[in-house]
Amino acid sequence: MSGVRVLVGTRKGAFVLTSDAKRERWDISGLHFAGWEIYHLKGSPADTDRLYASQSTGWFGQLIQRSNDGGKTWEPVDNKFVYDGVPGTHQWYDGTQHPWEFKRVWHLEPSLTDPDTVYAGAEDAAMFRSSDGGQTWQELPGLRGAKGHLWQPGGGGMCLHTILLDPSDPNRIFIAISAAGAFRTDDAGQTWRPVNHGLKSEYELPDPNAEVGHCVHSIAMHRSRPGVLFMQKHWDVMRSDDAGESWHEISGNLPSDFGFPIAVHAHEPNTIYVVPIKSDSEHYPPEGKLRVYRSRTGGNEWEALTKGLPQRDCYVNVLRGALTVDSLDSCGVYFGTTGGQVYASADAGDTWTPIVRDLPAVLSVEVQTLP
Amino acid sequence: MIRVVLPHHLRTLARVEREVELQIEGPTTLGSALDALEAQYPMLRGTIRDHVTKERRAFIRFFACGQDLSHEPPDAPLPEAVTTGAERLRVVGAMAGG
Repeated sequence: MSGVRVLVGTRKGAFVLTSDAKRERWDISGLHFAGWEIYHLKGSPADTDRLYASQSTGWFGQLIQRSNDGGKTWEPVDNKFVYDGVPGTHQWYDGTQHPWEFKRVWHLEPSLTDPDTVYAGAEDAAMFRSSDGGQTWQELPGLRGAKGHLWQPGGGGMCLHTILLDPSDPNRIFIAISAAGAFRTDDAGQTWRPVNHGLKSEYELPDPNAEVGHCVHSIAMHRSRPGVLFMQKHWDVMRSDDAGESWHEISGNLPSDFGFPIAVHAHEPNTIYVVPIKSDSEHYPPEGKLRVYRSRTGGNEWEALTKGLPQRDCYVNVLRGALTVDSLDSCGVYFGTTGGQVYASADAGDTWTPIVRDLPAVLSVEVQTLP
Repeated sequence: MIRVVLPHHLRTLARVEREVELQIEGPTTLGSALDALEAQYPMLRGTIRDHVTKERRAFIRFFACGQDLSHEPPDAPLPEAVTTGAERLRVVGAMAGG
């Protein structure tokens, strides 16, 4: 019988939540990696038992863990992330140049076809790849050649937090970096260029034509339509219909177009989800009402999804990696909060139920649809 | 043979008890002790000192015989009592935070 496995990274460890296809009763496994920050876990699309996890603390640095049995057991693999060649510098807060320094891995993206190939998005922003199941990592340094000297850290650090692999073209990858923007490669990571035309960040960037410096919070695509991208920017929800060449705003009637994650329905490429947050200086839902917003029109027209979600006195945040969908026939939607709740909807967002309520602050939520 | 005490999280990572024993070839220094530790437990590489520069991570400290050895150069000999195994070298996760 098919089911789902929800992978939850938190400030104090990881949890694996499993259910059958009804998604009504859940088994909770964890706490894995107790006491460590787990920025991200993700499973291989090519082998659902192969998982990767990014584990770190300020004391002991970065580790990468791998599971070959769906998260029951884990083994540390290589944690040596060394920038290629002379790492060079990027822009610092005071306008001076600052050396690239590795801090942590924000995002792990397994290959769509090979369980042993996995990409890692790092802070300070860079892209690494392993083709041996995490035993060794090599940087794709061409990314930092895409005006990297002009990138500068935002409030969350200069992190590469989103990696989208194009299912129709193995040479095309999209990534996003906080406070730098979106970037695309068409040659499997050798060369990259910014794809930020149309983004407007007048409160952060006085230059309306700035190629980099846009604070992209997350981007998403539907696998059947990889040229269409949806973006939650610092402010503004955006859409591109030409693989990032140009962007236009689709914020429409959202109560706030600030937020962190964005996701696309598994079977409806024009149905998208965001979680509005009041502002960049007030990281909680507008009016204290936790609402997911869904557009069935590819943007601009949004409806609030509230059934089962707290509609008063709610001041949690939903971080950029903490919203996702499964691919069961009735699409499931999941998100985690900084208050430690993981909410699930088995009906595409119409109704919500908390799977767990009292975890540590949730950093990321991913889901695997199991055969 | 020297004895090394690891902090909780690194014991969990290396799947060892509180104390590990290491055989060291040549002079017993902080650097050679960490080399031996990482050779025996490769999963600890990068968690105590940088992979490339070998600099101690900021919130790690090394204590032995009532002394803080954290700022000693890596080629400085460890105290005699550590080299004989009478005393333990302690790798400590420093007190940090609020």
